[in-house]
Amino acid sequence: MKKLINQNPKITSRWALGIIPFFLIGIIYLMASNARLAENPDDKLLPSFASIGAAVNRMAFEPSKRTGEYLMVADTVSSLKRLIIGVGVSALTALLLGVFMGAIPYVRANLSPLVTAISLIPPMAILPILFITFGLGELSKVMLIVIGIAPFLIRDTLQRVLDIPQEQLIKAQTLGANTWQIIVRVIFPQVMPRLLAAIRLSLGAAWLFLIAAEAIASTDGLGYRIFLVRRYMAMDVILPYVAWITLLAFAIDYILNRLSKRLYPWFHAGV
Amino acid sequence: MSFIEINNIWKEYGPHVILERLNIQVEKGEFITIVGASGCGKTTFLKLLLGTETATRGELTLEGKKILDEPSDERGIVFQKYSVFPHLNVLENVLIGVEFEQSKYLSRLFGKKKSDARKEAEEILKAVGLGHAIRKFPHELSGGMQQRLALAQALIKKPKILLLDEPFGALDPGIRQDMHALVLNLWREHQLTIFMITHDLKEGFYLGTRLWVFDKTRHDEHSPESYGATITFDLPVTRCSEDDFSEIETSMKKNKSQPA
Repeated sequence: MKKLINQNPKITSRWALGIIPFFLIGIIYLMASNARLAENPDDKLLPSFASIGAAVNRMAFEPSKRTGEYLMVADTVSSLKRLIIGVGVSALTALLLGVFMGAIPYVRANLSPLVTAISLIPPMAILPILFITFGLGELSKVMLIVIGIAPFLIRDTLQRVLDIPQEQLIKAQTLGANTWQIIVRVIFPQVMPRLLAAIRLSLGAAWLFLIAAEAIASTDGLGYRIFLVRRYMAMDVILPYVAWITLLAFAIDYILNRLSKRLYPWFHAGV
Repeated sequence: MSFIEINNIWKEYGPHVILERLNIQVEKGEFITIVGASGCGKTTFLKLLLGTETATRGELTLEGKKILDEPSDERGIVFQKYSVFPHLNVLENVLIGVEFEQSKYLSRLFGKKKSDARKEAEEILKAVGLGHAIRKFPHELSGGMQQRLALAQALIKKPKILLLDEPFGALDPGIRQDMHALVLNLWREHQLTIFMITHDLKEGFYLGTRLWVFDKTRHDEHSPESYGATITFDLPVTRCSEDDFSEIETSMKKNKSQPA
């Protein structure tokens, strides 16, 4: 018998082992839900799969009686728009600031303390300031995401630039490169896959800030809807919304990972 | 006036003297191998030539002009590792040197300029034995092939001097021999002036036309850092006696127990 640390599951048993916890949670939920509904058929806390299905059908596949929109679709579109703009602006800022701070010592000395200080501000604490300055519209929600994740992305990008071996920068200079050429041909392309990895890490935080902003001041969006129906204890809507957000988060992460592997195969080769 | 003149060079970090009283001339086409115990300032000396370090005293001239105090395309370098760009394939790694020179802003070439540069790069890659691997990325190459690529990168710039910092230190003995043959070949064909640091005294004797040994000549038991190393042997390689060989070998070994 091999030591436990040397026993690796085969591919089929790995899948099976991975699925079991999900399956168990489903069973436990089903049992608890049945027990509560047997006692009180109007119980809202643990709705049956049937009523969850009905809620999904109502939210996603039937037009709303009030506005004629498919609510879940509309919520998804507006939330994703905010998330993508927020993360995109953050990533672009990080790329510009991180690369220039990393490459040019004077820029680094000038901006690094400021970025560190900003990154220490709890973003939720300045949410009121954002609402006051940028109003209750889209801008303040996007800004919350930007303020929440951009400092992390900038600092991470800066660190990745500094991680590039000195030898490479010296080599580029012996090949005749000037500062701009080193930034464009040596630093920038090597930082891109690392930025993608950092974006993947920051997506959790981006969702957090998005839903917080939507919960507080919004008229649509996934976070808005969850907090709206909470008033009616509508667990049959909240639960599928949460599952849907999780699925979206997973899909974005998966797409970014695939994109990185396709665009930067040298980065994933593990050198 | 010699090709390279080194006039009373000193390198100090505060009270810590690394190199002292270096006075030496080098002619075009020499192949200088540099040996010495670790921590004796060989790499510091190479950095002075490269321009990443500046001498605290003295003067270092290349073709009569003070050597630039930052790296430039006058001087090529091959490090022990990290010498090639991991995000570019073999051909791009060599092409980039031409692109830096001919395209100041985009650093990319198009059309005829590109195909000319490509031809030149392919020729050099063939010369270093990488003609079959031009589409591969560095991570797909063995250590020896990566060093061949690093040489090709440097060669396309036709540097006035080529600096090699223990380029074969991380390679297997068999591959090292192939690399020796290659370097000698390139040195003859391109009439290069080479400075090469090595830990391997035999390698130093085999490759160089001139062998330098860095060592301290003055010692102070109570503050060992107050004297620096200098060139204690400057041998034309053909005229080396057995005695010299063993004496140099002892001088390289004696500091082994000290941290570098």
